[in-house]
Amino acid sequence: MSETSTWVIFIAAIFTNNILLTNFLGMCSFIACSGQIRTSIGLGTAVTFVLIMTTIMNYVIYHFVLVPLGLVHLQFIVFIAVIAAFVQLVEMFVERFSPRLYFALGIFLPLITVNCAILGASLFMIIREYSFIQSIGFGLGAGIGWALAIVLLAGLRQKMRYSNIPEPFQGVPIAMVVTGVLAMAFMGFAGMVSIQ
Amino acid sequence: MIYLLSVVSFAGLTVALAGMLMIAERLLINYGICKLDINAGEKPLEVDGGQTLLASLYANEIFIPSACGGKGTCGHCKVTVIAGGGPVLPTETLLLTRKEIRSNVRLACQVKIREDIYIRIPEDLLNIRMYTTTVESSVDLTYDMKEIRLRLNDPPNISHRPGQYVQVQAPSPDGPVFRAYSISSPVYEPDIVQLVVRLVPGGIGSTYLHNLKPGDYVNFTGPFGEFLLNPDPSVEIICVGGGCGIAPIRNIIYTLYEQWPDRACWLFFGCRATRDVFYLEEFEELAKKYPNFHVVYALSDQLGEDEKWDGETGFIHLSVDKYLEPGVRRQAFLCGPPLMIEAVTRVLKEKGTSDIFYDEF
Repeated sequence: MSETSTWVIFIAAIFTNNILLTNFLGMCSFIACSGQIRTSIGLGTAVTFVLIMTTIMNYVIYHFVLVPLGLVHLQFIVFIAVIAAFVQLVEMFVERFSPRLYFALGIFLPLITVNCAILGASLFMIIREYSFIQSIGFGLGAGIGWALAIVLLAGLRQKMRYSNIPEPFQGVPIAMVVTGVLAMAFMGFAGMVSIQ
Repeated sequence: MIYLLSVVSFAGLTVALAGMLMIAERLLINYGICKLDINAGEKPLEVDGGQTLLASLYANEIFIPSACGGKGTCGHCKVTVIAGGGPVLPTETLLLTRKEIRSNVRLACQVKIREDIYIRIPEDLLNIRMYTTTVESSVDLTYDMKEIRLRLNDPPNISHRPGQYVQVQAPSPDGPVFRAYSISSPVYEPDIVQLVVRLVPGGIGSTYLHNLKPGDYVNFTGPFGEFLLNPDPSVEIICVGGGCGIAPIRNIIYTLYEQWPDRACWLFFGCRATRDVFYLEEFEELAKKYPNFHVVYALSDQLGEDEKWDGETGFIHLSVDKYLEPGVRRQAFLCGPPLMIEAVTRVLKEKGTSDIFYDEF
Protein backbone atom coordinates (compact mmCIF):
# COMPACT_ATOMS: atom_id res chain seq x y z
CA MET A 1 0.00 0.00 0.00
CA SER A 2 1.24 3.42 -0.95
CA GLU A 3 2.11 5.69 1.98
CA THR A 4 1.58 8.97 0.18
CA SER A 5 -1.26 11.11 1.50
CA THR A 6 -4.41 11.37 -0.61
CA TRP A 7 -4.01 15.13 -0.89
CA VAL A 8 -0.55 14.75 -2.38
CA ILE A 9 -1.78 12.14 -4.84
CA PHE A 10 -4.61 14.43 -5.86
CA ILE A 11 -2.35 17.43 -6.49
CA ALA A 12 0.29 15.29 -8.20
CA ALA A 13 -2.31 13.76 -10.53
CA ILE A 14 -3.31 17.24 -11.65
CA PHE A 15 0.10 18.89 -12.03
CA THR A 16 3.27 16.83 -11.79
CA ASN A 17 1.87 13.53 -13.02
CA ASN A 18 -0.80 14.88 -15.34
CA ILE A 19 -2.13 11.80 -17.09
CA LEU A 20 -2.27 13.60 -20.43
CA LEU A 21 0.83 15.74 -20.41
CA THR A 22 3.24 13.30 -18.74
CA ASN A 23 1.80 9.93 -19.73
CA PHE A 24 0.26 11.15 -22.98
CA LEU A 25 -2.87 9.08 -22.48
CA GLY A 26 -6.17 10.06 -24.10
CA MET A 27 -4.56 11.94 -26.95
CA CYS A 28 -7.13 11.29 -29.68
CA SER A 29 -10.09 13.09 -28.17
CA PHE A 30 -7.66 15.61 -26.69
CA ILE A 31 -6.59 16.71 -30.16
CA ALA A 32 -9.95 16.24 -31.87
CA CYS A 33 -12.16 18.00 -29.32
CA SER A 34 -9.98 20.94 -28.39
CA GLY A 35 -11.21 23.33 -31.06
CA GLN A 36 -13.52 25.25 -28.79
CA ILE A 37 -13.32 26.00 -25.06
CA ARG A 38 -17.04 25.23 -24.62
CA THR A 39 -16.84 21.74 -26.05
CA SER A 40 -13.60 20.99 -24.27
CA ILE A 41 -15.10 21.97 -20.92
CA GLY A 42 -18.01 19.62 -21.66
CA LEU A 43 -15.78 16.74 -22.65
CA GLY A 44 -13.39 17.44 -19.76
CA THR A 45 -16.28 17.30 -17.30
CA ALA A 46 -17.62 14.10 -18.83
CA VAL A 47 -14.17 12.46 -18.74
CA THR A 48 -13.61 13.56 -15.13
CA PHE A 49 -16.96 12.15 -14.12
CA VAL A 50 -16.41 8.86 -15.94
CA LEU A 51 -12.85 8.63 -14.61
CA ILE A 52 -13.72 9.02 -10.95
CA MET A 53 -16.77 6.75 -11.16
CA THR A 54 -14.98 3.98 -13.03
CA THR A 55 -11.96 4.17 -10.70
CA ILE A 56 -14.29 3.60 -7.76
CA MET A 57 -16.20 0.80 -9.49
CA ASN A 58 -13.05 -0.87 -10.73
CA TYR A 59 -11.46 -0.59 -7.29
CA VAL A 60 -14.41 -2.36 -5.71
CA ILE A 61 -14.58 -5.03 -8.42
CA TYR A 62 -10.81 -5.60 -8.36
CA HIS A 63 -10.39 -5.87 -4.61
CA PHE A 64 -13.66 -7.58 -3.71
CA VAL A 65 -14.24 -9.83 -6.71
CA LEU A 66 -11.13 -10.40 -8.80
CA VAL A 67 -8.54 -10.70 -6.00
CA PRO A 68 -10.57 -13.08 -3.73
CA LEU A 69 -11.45 -15.29 -6.71
CA GLY A 70 -7.88 -15.23 -8.02
CA LEU A 71 -8.97 -13.73 -11.33
CA VAL A 72 -6.53 -10.83 -11.46
CA HIS A 73 -5.65 -11.77 -15.05
CA LEU A 74 -9.17 -10.68 -16.05
CA GLN A 75 -8.55 -7.09 -14.96
CA PHE A 76 -8.17 -5.60 -18.46
CA ILE A 77 -11.33 -7.04 -19.94
CA VAL A 78 -13.34 -6.40 -16.79
CA PHE A 79 -12.17 -2.80 -16.54
CA ILE A 80 -13.03 -2.18 -20.19
CA ALA A 81 -16.50 -3.69 -19.75
CA VAL A 82 -17.18 -1.54 -16.72
CA ILE A 83 -15.97 1.57 -18.52
CA ALA A 84 -18.04 0.81 -21.62
CA ALA A 85 -21.21 0.27 -19.62
CA PHE A 86 -20.63 3.37 -17.59
CA VAL A 87 -20.04 5.52 -20.64
CA GLN A 88 -23.35 4.30 -22.04
CA LEU A 89 -24.98 5.47 -18.87
CA VAL A 90 -23.31 8.87 -19.05
CA GLU A 91 -24.36 9.17 -22.67
CA MET A 92 -27.98 8.61 -21.73
CA PHE A 93 -27.69 11.21 -18.96
CA VAL A 94 -26.12 13.83 -21.21
CA GLU A 95 -28.64 13.16 -23.99
CA ARG A 96 -31.50 13.57 -21.54
CA PHE A 97 -30.35 16.57 -19.58
CA SER A 98 -28.09 18.52 -21.93
CA PRO A 99 -28.97 17.81 -25.57
CA ARG A 100 -26.81 20.75 -26.59
CA LEU A 101 -23.68 19.22 -25.08
CA TYR A 102 -24.76 15.85 -26.50
CA PHE A 103 -24.73 17.21 -30.05
CA ALA A 104 -21.58 19.27 -29.47
CA LEU A 105 -19.64 16.20 -28.32
CA GLY A 106 -21.13 14.02 -31.05
CA ILE A 107 -19.14 10.86 -31.61
CA PHE A 108 -16.59 11.71 -28.88
CA LEU A 109 -19.02 10.95 -26.12
CA PRO A 110 -19.24 7.20 -26.89
CA LEU A 111 -15.52 7.33 -27.69
CA ILE A 112 -14.75 8.08 -24.04
CA THR A 113 -15.01 4.29 -23.79
CA VAL A 114 -11.75 3.92 -25.62
CA ASN A 115 -10.14 6.95 -24.04
CA CYS A 116 -6.98 5.33 -22.74
CA ALA A 117 -6.68 7.85 -19.89
CA ILE A 118 -9.62 6.16 -18.23
CA LEU A 119 -8.30 2.63 -18.45
CA GLY A 120 -4.85 4.04 -17.62
CA ALA A 121 -6.09 5.57 -14.37
CA SER A 122 -7.67 2.27 -13.30
CA LEU A 123 -4.44 0.41 -14.05
CA PHE A 124 -2.20 2.97 -12.29
CA MET A 125 -4.42 2.64 -9.27
CA ILE A 126 -3.74 -1.11 -9.20
CA ILE A 127 -0.01 -0.86 -9.99
CA ARG A 128 0.62 1.86 -7.41
CA GLU A 129 -1.39 -0.06 -4.81
CA TYR A 130 -3.63 2.80 -3.77
CA SER A 131 -6.16 2.44 -0.99
CA PHE A 132 -9.81 3.20 -1.63
CA ILE A 133 -9.56 6.83 -0.50
CA GLN A 134 -6.30 7.31 -2.38
CA SER A 135 -7.96 5.89 -5.51
CA ILE A 136 -10.77 8.40 -5.29
CA GLY A 137 -8.23 11.20 -4.89
CA PHE A 138 -6.21 9.90 -7.80
CA GLY A 139 -9.28 9.42 -10.05
CA LEU A 140 -10.55 12.91 -9.34
CA GLY A 141 -7.09 14.41 -9.79
CA ALA A 142 -6.42 12.57 -13.03
CA GLY A 143 -9.81 13.68 -14.39
CA ILE A 144 -9.30 17.30 -13.41
CA GLY A 145 -5.79 17.17 -14.83
CA TRP A 146 -7.04 15.83 -18.15
CA ALA A 147 -9.83 18.43 -18.25
CA LEU A 148 -7.36 21.20 -17.36
CA ALA A 149 -5.02 20.16 -20.16
CA ILE A 150 -7.74 20.03 -22.83
CA VAL A 151 -9.22 23.37 -21.77
CA LEU A 152 -5.75 24.98 -21.83
CA LEU A 153 -5.11 23.59 -25.30
CA ALA A 154 -8.54 24.70 -26.50
CA GLY A 155 -7.81 28.20 -25.23
CA LEU A 156 -4.48 28.24 -27.06
CA ARG A 157 -6.01 26.87 -30.25
CA GLN A 158 -8.78 29.47 -30.15
CA LYS A 159 -6.14 32.19 -29.96
CA MET A 160 -4.07 30.54 -32.67
CA ARG A 161 -6.94 30.83 -35.11
CA TYR A 162 -5.84 34.43 -35.69
CA SER A 163 -2.12 33.72 -35.86
CA ASN A 164 -0.14 33.43 -39.00
CA ILE A 165 0.86 29.74 -38.95
CA PRO A 166 2.91 28.27 -41.81
CA GLU A 167 0.64 26.17 -43.99
CA PRO A 168 2.15 22.72 -43.27
CA PHE A 169 1.70 23.34 -39.54
CA GLN A 170 -1.92 24.40 -39.60
CA GLY A 171 -4.43 22.28 -37.74
CA VAL A 172 -3.26 19.16 -35.93
CA PRO A 173 0.54 19.59 -36.35
CA ILE A 174 0.64 22.89 -34.51
CA ALA A 175 -1.70 21.44 -31.87
CA MET A 176 0.82 18.63 -31.29
CA VAL A 177 3.68 21.14 -31.03
CA VAL A 178 1.69 23.27 -28.62
CA THR A 179 0.86 20.17 -26.56
CA GLY A 180 4.57 19.47 -26.31
CA VAL A 181 5.25 23.02 -25.13
CA LEU A 182 2.39 22.71 -22.65
CA ALA A 183 3.87 19.48 -21.32
CA MET A 184 7.24 21.18 -20.86
CA ALA A 185 5.56 24.04 -19.05
CA PHE A 186 3.95 21.50 -16.72
CA MET A 187 7.43 20.16 -15.96
CA GLY A 188 7.85 23.37 -14.01
CA PHE A 189 5.62 21.81 -11.36
CA ALA A 190 8.10 18.94 -10.87
CA GLY A 191 9.47 18.82 -7.35
CA MET A 192 6.34 20.41 -5.92
CA VAL A 193 5.03 16.99 -4.92
CA SER A 194 6.01 13.60 -6.21
CA ILE A 195 4.53 10.19 -6.65
CA GLN A 196 6.30 7.34 -8.41
CA MET B 1 -11.58 -24.62 -12.76
CA ILE B 2 -10.01 -21.20 -13.17
CA TYR B 3 -11.40 -21.00 -16.69
CA LEU B 4 -14.90 -21.83 -15.56
CA LEU B 5 -14.64 -19.30 -12.75
CA SER B 6 -13.34 -16.67 -15.18
CA VAL B 7 -16.15 -17.24 -17.61
CA VAL B 8 -18.84 -17.33 -14.94
CA SER B 9 -17.68 -14.22 -13.13
CA PHE B 10 -17.20 -12.24 -16.34
CA ALA B 11 -20.62 -13.31 -17.57
CA GLY B 12 -22.14 -12.35 -14.24
CA LEU B 13 -20.52 -8.95 -14.40
CA THR B 14 -21.75 -8.37 -17.94
CA VAL B 15 -25.30 -9.33 -17.01
CA ALA B 16 -25.19 -6.99 -14.02
CA LEU B 17 -23.96 -4.11 -16.20
CA ALA B 18 -26.56 -4.81 -18.87
CA GLY B 19 -29.29 -4.88 -16.23
CA MET B 20 -28.11 -1.54 -14.89
CA LEU B 21 -28.23 -0.07 -18.39
CA MET B 22 -31.72 -1.40 -19.04
CA ILE B 23 -33.05 0.15 -15.86
CA ALA B 24 -31.35 3.44 -16.73
CA GLU B 25 -32.80 3.34 -20.22
CA ARG B 26 -36.31 2.84 -18.90
CA LEU B 27 -35.92 5.78 -16.53
CA LEU B 28 -33.98 8.15 -18.76
CA ILE B 29 -35.10 7.61 -22.35
CA ASN B 30 -38.63 8.62 -21.63
CA TYR B 31 -39.54 11.94 -23.08
CA GLY B 32 -43.26 11.61 -22.38
CA ILE B 33 -45.83 12.52 -24.97
CA CYS B 34 -44.59 15.01 -27.56
CA LYS B 35 -46.60 17.01 -30.03
CA LEU B 36 -45.96 16.27 -33.70
CA ASP B 37 -47.31 19.03 -35.88
CA ILE B 38 -47.50 18.51 -39.63
CA ASN B 39 -47.92 21.38 -42.10
CA ALA B 40 -48.80 24.03 -39.48
CA GLY B 41 -51.71 22.45 -37.69
CA GLU B 42 -53.09 20.44 -40.56
CA LYS B 43 -52.55 17.17 -38.80
CA PRO B 44 -51.63 17.52 -35.13
CA LEU B 45 -50.51 14.25 -33.59
CA GLU B 46 -49.34 13.17 -30.18
CA VAL B 47 -46.55 10.62 -30.15
CA ASP B 48 -44.29 8.93 -27.62
CA GLY B 49 -40.95 10.72 -27.40
CA GLY B 50 -37.72 8.80 -27.79
CA GLN B 51 -38.50 7.21 -31.15
CA THR B 52 -37.37 8.38 -34.55
CA LEU B 53 -39.56 10.72 -36.57
CA LEU B 54 -39.89 8.11 -39.32
CA ALA B 55 -41.15 5.45 -36.90
CA SER B 56 -43.65 7.88 -35.39
CA LEU B 57 -44.96 8.87 -38.81
CA TYR B 58 -45.33 5.25 -39.87
CA ALA B 59 -47.11 4.42 -36.61
CA ASN B 60 -49.60 7.15 -37.52
CA GLU B 61 -50.03 5.84 -41.06
CA ILE B 62 -48.13 8.62 -42.74
CA PHE B 63 -46.00 6.77 -45.23
CA ILE B 64 -43.12 8.88 -46.43
CA PRO B 65 -40.80 7.13 -48.87
CA SER B 66 -38.04 5.05 -47.31
CA ALA B 67 -36.20 2.30 -49.10
CA CYS B 68 -33.57 1.30 -46.56
CA GLY B 69 -35.92 0.88 -43.61
CA GLY B 70 -34.52 3.67 -41.44
CA LYS B 71 -30.82 2.86 -41.67
CA GLY B 72 -29.94 6.27 -43.04
CA THR B 73 -28.53 5.01 -46.34
CA CYS B 74 -31.16 5.68 -49.04
CA GLY B 75 -31.92 9.34 -48.31
CA HIS B 76 -35.56 9.07 -49.41
CA CYS B 77 -37.20 10.07 -46.16
CA LYS B 78 -36.44 13.78 -46.41
CA VAL B 79 -38.79 16.09 -44.54
CA THR B 80 -38.58 19.73 -43.56
CA VAL B 81 -38.22 20.12 -39.80
CA ILE B 82 -39.15 23.67 -38.83
CA ALA B 83 -38.53 23.35 -35.11
CA GLY B 84 -37.68 20.74 -32.51
CA GLY B 85 -35.40 18.46 -34.51
CA GLY B 86 -32.04 19.36 -33.00
CA PRO B 87 -28.96 19.98 -35.16
CA VAL B 88 -28.10 18.02 -38.31
CA LEU B 89 -26.29 14.80 -37.40
CA PRO B 90 -23.10 13.53 -39.06
CA THR B 91 -25.11 10.56 -40.36
CA GLU B 92 -27.27 12.93 -42.37
CA THR B 93 -24.72 15.27 -43.89
CA LEU B 94 -23.67 12.70 -46.50
CA LEU B 95 -27.18 12.49 -47.95
CA LEU B 96 -28.20 16.15 -47.74
CA THR B 97 -27.05 18.90 -50.06
CA ARG B 98 -25.91 22.22 -48.60
CA LYS B 99 -29.04 23.86 -49.91
CA GLU B 100 -31.21 21.27 -48.18
CA ILE B 101 -29.37 21.74 -44.89
CA ARG B 102 -29.93 25.49 -45.16
CA SER B 103 -33.66 25.00 -45.71
CA ASN B 104 -33.98 22.64 -42.70
CA VAL B 105 -34.41 19.44 -44.66
CA ARG B 106 -33.67 16.39 -42.50
CA LEU B 107 -33.74 12.62 -42.76
CA ALA B 108 -36.80 11.49 -40.83
CA CYS B 109 -35.12 8.22 -39.88
CA GLN B 110 -32.29 10.02 -38.05
CA VAL B 111 -34.29 12.69 -36.24
CA LYS B 112 -35.21 11.57 -32.75
CA ILE B 113 -38.28 13.11 -31.15
CA ARG B 114 -37.26 14.67 -27.85
CA GLU B 115 -39.62 17.62 -27.67
CA ASP B 116 -42.57 19.09 -29.54
CA ILE B 117 -41.66 18.98 -33.20
CA TYR B 118 -42.97 20.95 -36.16
CA ILE B 119 -42.49 19.48 -39.62
CA ARG B 120 -43.61 20.15 -43.16
CA ILE B 121 -44.19 17.41 -45.72
CA PRO B 122 -45.65 17.68 -49.24
CA GLU B 123 -49.45 17.45 -49.35
CA ASP B 124 -49.20 14.39 -51.61
CA LEU B 125 -47.51 12.35 -48.91
CA LEU B 126 -50.48 12.73 -46.58
CA ASN B 127 -52.63 10.81 -49.07
CA ILE B 128 -50.26 7.88 -49.08
CA ARG B 129 -51.69 4.72 -47.61
CA MET B 130 -50.78 1.09 -47.17
CA TYR B 131 -52.59 -1.11 -49.70
CA THR B 132 -53.14 -4.84 -49.50
CA THR B 133 -53.48 -6.56 -52.86
CA THR B 134 -53.76 -9.95 -54.51
CA VAL B 135 -51.64 -10.99 -57.47
CA GLU B 136 -53.99 -11.38 -60.44
CA SER B 137 -51.41 -12.42 -63.01
CA SER B 138 -47.67 -12.60 -63.47
CA VAL B 139 -46.56 -12.68 -67.10
CA ASP B 140 -43.05 -13.06 -68.57
CA LEU B 141 -42.31 -10.10 -70.85
CA THR B 142 -38.73 -11.11 -71.66
CA TYR B 143 -36.23 -13.52 -70.20
CA ASP B 144 -35.71 -11.27 -67.14
CA MET B 145 -38.79 -9.02 -67.10
CA LYS B 146 -42.17 -9.76 -65.61
CA GLU B 147 -45.42 -7.88 -65.70
CA ILE B 148 -47.17 -8.27 -62.37
CA ARG B 149 -50.81 -7.29 -62.10
CA LEU B 150 -52.12 -6.59 -58.60
CA ARG B 151 -55.79 -6.24 -57.71
CA LEU B 152 -56.38 -3.97 -54.73
CA ASN B 153 -58.23 -5.38 -51.71
CA ASP B 154 -58.02 -2.77 -49.01
CA PRO B 155 -58.47 0.09 -49.80
CA PRO B 156 -60.19 -1.08 -53.01
CA ASN B 157 -59.13 1.92 -55.13
CA ILE B 158 -56.00 4.01 -55.61
CA SER B 159 -55.95 7.52 -56.98
CA HIS B 160 -52.64 8.25 -58.68
CA ARG B 161 -51.12 10.36 -61.43
CA PRO B 162 -49.23 8.89 -64.39
CA GLY B 163 -45.51 8.64 -63.63
CA GLN B 164 -45.96 7.89 -59.95
CA TYR B 165 -44.59 4.86 -58.15
CA VAL B 166 -45.39 2.61 -55.21
CA GLN B 167 -43.13 1.00 -52.61
CA VAL B 168 -43.61 -2.73 -52.46
CA GLN B 169 -43.00 -4.37 -49.11
CA ALA B 170 -40.72 -7.38 -49.51
CA PRO B 171 -39.69 -9.74 -46.73
CA SER B 172 -36.00 -9.98 -45.89
CA PRO B 173 -34.01 -11.64 -43.11
CA ASP B 174 -33.77 -8.26 -41.33
CA GLY B 175 -37.49 -7.53 -41.45
CA PRO B 176 -39.57 -6.00 -44.24
CA VAL B 177 -37.88 -3.72 -46.76
CA PHE B 178 -39.49 -1.41 -49.29
CA ARG B 179 -38.59 -1.23 -52.97
CA ALA B 180 -39.89 1.36 -55.42
CA TYR B 181 -41.69 0.33 -58.62
CA SER B 182 -43.52 2.58 -61.07
CA ILE B 183 -47.18 1.95 -61.84
CA SER B 184 -47.59 0.83 -65.45
CA SER B 185 -51.38 0.50 -65.49
CA PRO B 186 -53.31 3.63 -66.52
CA VAL B 187 -54.99 5.84 -63.92
CA TYR B 188 -58.47 4.96 -65.22
CA GLU B 189 -58.09 1.47 -63.75
CA PRO B 190 -58.18 2.52 -60.09
CA ASP B 191 -58.55 -1.02 -58.71
CA ILE B 192 -55.43 -2.31 -60.49
CA VAL B 193 -51.75 -1.63 -60.02
CA GLN B 194 -49.47 -3.18 -62.59
CA LEU B 195 -45.69 -3.31 -62.27
CA VAL B 196 -42.83 -4.16 -64.62
CA VAL B 197 -40.08 -5.90 -62.71
CA ARG B 198 -36.62 -6.77 -63.95
CA LEU B 199 -34.97 -9.62 -62.05
CA VAL B 200 -31.82 -8.29 -60.42
CA PRO B 201 -29.58 -11.19 -59.36
CA GLY B 202 -29.55 -11.18 -55.56
CA GLY B 203 -32.08 -8.32 -55.39
CA ILE B 204 -34.48 -8.64 -52.46
CA GLY B 205 -37.46 -6.87 -54.05
CA SER B 206 -37.22 -8.25 -57.58
CA THR B 207 -36.61 -11.85 -56.45
CA TYR B 208 -39.64 -11.65 -54.19
CA LEU B 209 -41.84 -10.21 -56.94
CA HIS B 210 -40.63 -12.66 -59.59
CA ASN B 211 -41.52 -15.62 -57.36
CA LEU B 212 -45.08 -14.49 -56.74
CA LYS B 213 -47.93 -16.59 -58.07
CA PRO B 214 -51.52 -15.57 -58.79
CA GLY B 215 -53.46 -15.48 -55.54
CA ASP B 216 -50.48 -14.37 -53.39
CA TYR B 217 -50.85 -11.28 -51.24
CA VAL B 218 -48.66 -8.20 -51.69
CA ASN B 219 -48.55 -5.00 -49.63
CA PHE B 220 -47.37 -1.66 -50.87
CA THR B 221 -47.48 1.99 -49.88
CA GLY B 222 -48.05 4.81 -52.31
CA PRO B 223 -48.46 6.60 -54.54
CA PHE B 224 -45.21 8.58 -54.58
CA GLY B 225 -43.65 10.82 -57.22
CA GLU B 226 -43.89 14.44 -58.30
CA PHE B 227 -44.38 14.24 -62.06
CA LEU B 228 -47.31 16.33 -63.32
CA LEU B 229 -48.48 15.85 -66.89
CA ASN B 230 -48.79 19.19 -68.70
CA PRO B 231 -52.54 19.72 -69.14
CA ASP B 232 -52.13 22.01 -72.19
CA PRO B 233 -53.13 19.80 -75.19
CA SER B 234 -50.87 21.71 -77.59
CA VAL B 235 -47.75 20.59 -75.72
CA GLU B 236 -46.15 17.51 -77.24
CA ILE B 237 -45.23 14.73 -74.82
CA ILE B 238 -41.88 12.97 -75.23
CA CYS B 239 -41.29 9.72 -73.36
CA VAL B 240 -37.85 8.15 -73.37
CA GLY B 241 -37.23 4.91 -71.55
CA GLY B 242 -34.89 1.99 -71.21
CA GLY B 243 -35.49 -1.43 -69.63
CA CYS B 244 -38.22 -1.43 -67.00
CA GLY B 245 -38.34 2.35 -67.40
CA ILE B 246 -41.21 1.61 -69.73
CA ALA B 247 -43.57 1.13 -66.75
CA PRO B 248 -44.37 4.78 -65.90
CA ILE B 249 -44.31 5.62 -69.62
CA ARG B 250 -46.98 3.04 -70.43
CA ASN B 251 -49.14 4.60 -67.74
CA ILE B 252 -48.52 8.11 -69.15
CA ILE B 253 -49.35 7.10 -72.73
CA TYR B 254 -52.60 5.25 -71.97
CA THR B 255 -53.77 7.97 -69.61
CA LEU B 256 -52.87 10.63 -72.16
CA TYR B 257 -54.88 9.08 -75.01
CA GLU B 258 -57.84 8.38 -72.78
CA GLN B 259 -58.03 12.12 -72.11
CA TRP B 260 -56.74 13.72 -75.35
CA PRO B 261 -57.15 11.27 -78.27
CA ASP B 262 -55.39 13.52 -80.79
CA ARG B 263 -52.53 14.79 -78.67
CA ALA B 264 -49.02 14.44 -80.09
CA CYS B 265 -46.74 12.02 -78.26
CA TRP B 266 -43.45 10.29 -79.03
CA LEU B 267 -42.23 7.15 -77.37
CA PHE B 268 -38.54 6.29 -77.62
CA PHE B 269 -37.49 3.00 -76.09
CA GLY B 270 -33.93 1.77 -75.95
CA CYS B 271 -33.04 -1.94 -75.75
CA ARG B 272 -29.84 -3.91 -76.14
CA ALA B 273 -31.00 -6.76 -78.40
CA THR B 274 -34.20 -8.22 -79.82
CA ARG B 275 -34.61 -10.43 -76.79
CA ASP B 276 -35.13 -7.30 -74.65
CA VAL B 277 -37.98 -5.96 -76.78
CA PHE B 278 -41.45 -6.05 -75.24
CA TYR B 279 -44.74 -4.12 -75.47
CA LEU B 280 -43.78 -3.14 -79.05
CA GLU B 281 -46.83 -4.74 -80.71
CA GLU B 282 -49.11 -3.26 -78.10
CA PHE B 283 -47.76 0.24 -78.76
CA GLU B 284 -47.88 -0.22 -82.55
CA GLU B 285 -51.56 -1.18 -82.21
CA LEU B 286 -52.07 2.01 -80.23
CA ALA B 287 -50.24 4.06 -82.86
CA LYS B 288 -52.62 2.78 -85.52
CA LYS B 289 -55.55 3.91 -83.41
CA TYR B 290 -54.10 7.34 -82.56
CA PRO B 291 -52.27 8.82 -85.55
CA ASN B 292 -50.43 11.42 -83.46
CA PHE B 293 -48.70 8.73 -81.41
CA HIS B 294 -45.28 7.66 -82.68
CA VAL B 295 -43.28 4.68 -81.47
CA VAL B 296 -39.53 4.32 -81.94
CA TYR B 297 -37.65 1.32 -80.55
CA ALA B 298 -33.89 1.20 -80.97
CA LEU B 299 -31.36 -1.59 -80.36
CA SER B 300 -27.94 -0.57 -79.10
CA ASP B 301 -26.05 -3.87 -79.57
CA GLN B 302 -24.86 -5.27 -82.91
CA LEU B 303 -27.51 -7.50 -84.44
CA GLY B 304 -26.82 -11.22 -84.04
CA GLU B 305 -26.96 -13.49 -87.08
CA ASP B 306 -30.35 -14.95 -86.24
CA GLU B 307 -31.92 -11.64 -85.23
CA LYS B 308 -34.35 -9.75 -87.42
CA TRP B 309 -34.92 -6.07 -86.82
CA ASP B 310 -36.31 -3.35 -89.04
CA GLY B 311 -36.33 -0.54 -86.47
CA GLU B 312 -33.67 1.91 -85.38
CA THR B 313 -30.22 0.95 -84.12
CA GLY B 314 -27.73 2.71 -81.86
CA PHE B 315 -28.25 4.41 -78.54
CA ILE B 316 -31.66 5.93 -77.99
CA HIS B 317 -30.51 9.57 -77.85
CA LEU B 318 -29.46 9.26 -81.51
CA SER B 319 -33.04 8.34 -82.44
CA VAL B 320 -34.38 11.22 -80.36
CA ASP B 321 -32.04 13.53 -82.26
CA LYS B 322 -33.10 12.07 -85.59
CA TYR B 323 -36.89 12.25 -85.22
CA LEU B 324 -37.61 15.40 -83.23
CA GLU B 325 -37.89 18.77 -84.96
CA PRO B 326 -36.45 21.66 -82.96
CA GLY B 327 -38.62 24.45 -81.61
CA VAL B 328 -41.80 22.54 -80.69
CA ARG B 329 -43.28 23.04 -77.21
CA ARG B 330 -42.68 19.82 -75.40
CA GLN B 331 -42.72 18.11 -72.04
CA ALA B 332 -40.35 15.21 -71.64
CA PHE B 333 -40.42 12.26 -69.24
CA LEU B 334 -37.25 10.17 -69.07
CA CYS B 335 -36.89 6.93 -67.17
CA GLY B 336 -33.81 4.76 -67.40
CA PRO B 337 -30.14 4.46 -66.49
CA PRO B 338 -28.24 7.67 -65.60
CA LEU B 339 -26.06 7.67 -68.73
CA MET B 340 -29.08 7.43 -71.01
CA ILE B 341 -30.79 10.27 -69.15
CA GLU B 342 -27.71 12.44 -69.40
CA ALA B 343 -27.38 11.89 -73.15
CA VAL B 344 -31.08 12.38 -73.88
CA THR B 345 -31.28 15.51 -71.72
CA ARG B 346 -28.45 17.03 -73.75
CA VAL B 347 -30.22 16.26 -77.04
CA LEU B 348 -33.55 17.60 -75.80
CA LYS B 349 -31.96 20.83 -74.56
CA GLU B 350 -30.44 21.34 -78.01
CA LYS B 351 -33.94 20.99 -79.43
CA GLY B 352 -35.14 23.75 -77.11
CA THR B 353 -36.98 21.61 -74.54
CA SER B 354 -36.43 22.56 -70.94
CA ASP B 355 -39.44 20.93 -69.28
CA ILE B 356 -37.71 17.62 -68.58
CA PHE B 357 -38.63 15.26 -65.77
CA TYR B 358 -36.53 12.22 -65.11
CA ASP B 359 -36.53 9.11 -62.97
CA GLU B 360 -33.08 7.58 -62.66
CA PHE B 361 -32.38 4.00 -61.62
